[in-house]
Amino acid sequence: MALNFHAYANPARFMMLSRRLVAPIAMIAGVLIALGVYLALWGSPPDYQQGDTVRIMYIHVPAAWLSLLCYTVMALASATALVFRHPLADVCAKSAAPIGASFTFLALVTGSLWGKPMWGTWWVWDARLTSVLILFFLYLGYLALWATIEEPVRAARAAAVLALVGFVNVPIIHYSVVWWNTLHQPASVFRIGGPTIAPSMLAPLLIMATGFTVMFVALLLLRMRAEILRRRVRSLRLAQAGFAGGGREA
Amino acid sequence: MARKLTRKQKRATFIVLGLAILGGAVALALFALRDNVVFFYSPTEISERGLGVGQRIRLGGLVEQGSVKQAGPATIHFTVTDLKDKIKVTYTGILPDLFREGQGVVAEGAIGPDGVFVADSVLAKHDEKYMPPEVAAALKKSGEWRPEGATGGS
Repeated sequence: MALNFHAYANPARFMMLSRRLVAPIAMIAGVLIALGVYLALWGSPPDYQQGDTVRIMYIHVPAAWLSLLCYTVMALASATALVFRHPLADVCAKSAAPIGASFTFLALVTGSLWGKPMWGTWWVWDARLTSVLILFFLYLGYLALWATIEEPVRAARAAAVLALVGFVNVPIIHYSVVWWNTLHQPASVFRIGGPTIAPSMLAPLLIMATGFTVMFVALLLLRMRAEILRRRVRSLRLAQAGFAGGGREA
Repeated sequence: MARKLTRKQKRATFIVLGLAILGGAVALALFALRDNVVFFYSPTEISERGLGVGQRIRLGGLVEQGSVKQAGPATIHFTVTDLKDKIKVTYTGILPDLFREGQGVVAEGAIGPDGVFVADSVLAKHDEKYMPPEVAAALKKSGEWRPEGATGGS
């Protein structure tokens, strides 16, 4: 990369840049999602087999993609944190986790609501559903690790290792429907030989997916800003406690 | 060749090697457990493995065209095929909305002494194709319609 990565990874500069970026990015996300919802509910045809129930797809599929994207961002940030010991990488990984957990939860719930009318069951223990549930637990475990270890540096390191170990699950989720017989159908968009979904349904799906991705970026920046401020408050408190006569817990 | 690695390079190597070893271990474990990870067996797999009478299994495949017969108030007979082999199924209960001839299905139950699979639950499995009804009708009209087969064997 020709860009000087470290110039943008400086927390102070990040705060300055992100402050200006959050609002416009959030607005783009809002417009895309509003357009996507309109197309999903009114501007797209029902499915030849599933009828109107297929509209769950426009929430379910982007949420599922984002659950994997968030985890990938978290794992990359964790690797960067472990190798380069850069403070922003830790902040990024920690901030992505709750967003990813929410998308995973959304994918699980909408999938369940979709499964009941179409498959005839809320839940089955097939490879796809089970591996996504494991992803959800990985997110929860990651968050729990941050919450239990009080000292931030040690918490960051333990959490980063967990994030990297759990990354093994991401390709398993993607290929679960190819490697094994599952009740869940195979991929319709990211597959060899092109999408098997009509263009009039693919367009709203991709708009929703883009909207969700932009929303993720906005939320991530917002959470990272909050996390940096929280750390500043913490170090100020510690310094204050030090002045006030040493050793007193803030 | 013994150029000394910097600490960053050492940490990066450690992470890459660790992930590779972990990935390999998980791959081996999943390969060993592959029979338990599959959600259902196709009719061909059932006959190849000699899965016998009374064993609880899930049978997956396509509902054969023209095979669905009502045999009682809530009992139906149908045939599940993977386009190579087929098994007769009988089921009493409520069917999912998507259950129809030519569509994917997963039935849970056991093969009876007469060779008929007695299911106590039937789930519909749909394929990865999504299209509006007009497009499906147009494809059928123009003869471009390819009834599924993609889900049957895989």
